[in-house]
Amino acid sequence: MSHSVLNTLIGLTYFVASLLFIFGLRSLGSPRTARRGMHMAELGMVLAIVGTLLNHEVISFTWIVVGGAIGTVLGIIIAVWTPMTAMPQRTALSHAFGALAASLVGIAHFYEKGASMNTIELVALGFEVMFGSLTVTGSLMAFGKLQEWLPGRPVTYKGQNVFNVGLFFTIAGLAIYVIIDPTAATAFYVMVGLATLFGVLLVLPIGAADMPVVIALLNSYAGLAASATGFALGNNILIIAGALDGASGLILSIIMSKAMNRSITNVLFGAFGKAPESTAKSAATLTYRSATPDEAASILDTAERVVVVPGYGMAVSQAQHAVKKLTELLERKGTDVRFAIHPVAGRMPGHMNVLLAEAGVDYDKLFDMDQINDDFERTDVAIIIGANDVVNPAARSDPGSPIFGMPILNADKARSVMVLKRSMSPGFAGIDNELFYKPNTMMVFGDAAKTVDALVTELKELTPAAARSA
Amino acid sequence: MTDSALQIMELYVFVLAAVVGYHIIHRVPPLLHTPLMSATNAVSAISVVGAILIAGGGYAAVATVLGTVAMAAAMTNVVGGFLITERMLRMFHAKKPVAGGAK
Repeated sequence: MSHSVLNTLIGLTYFVASLLFIFGLRSLGSPRTARRGMHMAELGMVLAIVGTLLNHEVISFTWIVVGGAIGTVLGIIIAVWTPMTAMPQRTALSHAFGALAASLVGIAHFYEKGASMNTIELVALGFEVMFGSLTVTGSLMAFGKLQEWLPGRPVTYKGQNVFNVGLFFTIAGLAIYVIIDPTAATAFYVMVGLATLFGVLLVLPIGAADMPVVIALLNSYAGLAASATGFALGNNILIIAGALDGASGLILSIIMSKAMNRSITNVLFGAFGKAPESTAKSAATLTYRSATPDEAASILDTAERVVVVPGYGMAVSQAQHAVKKLTELLERKGTDVRFAIHPVAGRMPGHMNVLLAEAGVDYDKLFDMDQINDDFERTDVAIIIGANDVVNPAARSDPGSPIFGMPILNADKARSVMVLKRSMSPGFAGIDNELFYKPNTMMVFGDAAKTVDALVTELKELTPAAARSA
Repeated sequence: MTDSALQIMELYVFVLAAVVGYHIIHRVPPLLHTPLMSATNAVSAISVVGAILIAGGGYAAVATVLGTVAMAAAMTNVVGGFLITERMLRMFHAKKPVAGGAK
């Protein structure tokens, strides 16, 4: 086949692959079509890879096969062994891998052809390597914080933001220098090094609880790096796939920020969760009501409508399976059980939904904040499992609270509230939660999974045998 | 087409794809946000195309090594990303006929 015919064929595979990516992601609009859509995207990826292998510029397959085999094995290992609770870490790590691929392609590209590139290609390459490098280390930092290999609290020092901004402009300056003089290889590699450092410093001051926003933002950066690779290589499918990823990450980070009533800038530079500045009443002067699982069970026994509010604590204690058992038991008694999921519950967008789906809870029982918030007033019992700030009424009522204005789940409006929590210690924001001191709230202390198991046991004893076997 | 005209076309492609992406992603319910992230992550592993061109282009050793590592990193995301998305999506189901009959 002549080169031009072959190139047309390759162009067509890319075109079809782009369409498959777009329609594949579109089908994620519903859980019913999602899997079919993913098969389309997978087919698109296969087409794009096969098309690229046909390119006449590819003259040796040895290293493609070696790299591809290593990646395939790694990918399978990660996909099969990652527990659902570790999904945030896995996602952070995969952003690091994606950005690594983009930046290494960029560096190799510059190494081979940098001096002969035109200005626009160099601009694209600069973006590719800059976004790529900082996303690699930024994602690894996020991974470290989520995996708890690094302290989850924000790490701050004096002049941090000034230093970071200065560093950013140095990196940008170096990039411009290289664009003007593409033979300045040293400046290019210094830029790569500084961008790598920048990624570390950028995530250092961000607390683990803000990771939903950070992960989404890094997702966007990794996509933009892939898109920039497309500009540098003159390849549309990279541009399109990268743009889809970039848009997705950006939208998710905006949704997450809104759900915390904060701007993305504030998440990135605010070092939230460092210094509690709460004006809430001192905990010492307030009393709370502690309850045992059997007291809690007797209230649940008579409840007709129950709403469960899961939070990060449920993931930590792996309580989702116990929660599923409790749900089944209550439903067999005819109790209506639903789940209220706050957008930032957990450590990544959709974290709670995946965990509950893993435990076998049907997704039609999982409700978003907007869908369920008005129903709390008609709810007999709200069970808060390892959630804290997302149900803190101070967000509605206390203008002095750092979380004031954040949309919350109105769990406090339920007739009674059960809070499953390890101790009275405040949430990540360091803010006392007045919900815990309300007269209709009972605190059930202990590990969430064990407490829910105890609730199940107690509830079974209260339930007549006839209902149990039904 | 001239070089610069081609690159303007690429800009069109980027902006249109971003707009399409924006509308598609807005339709995805929060329920599926985690699978969405792993899916877009797998899709953006399209960098594998660049990695193939570098690793297989018969370039100098430095570039070939970088290309091979890039290939491994990108393939990790292609394979891992799609598999894990599949694994997650398989867990999502609506009301089952038999309680406790987890698949």
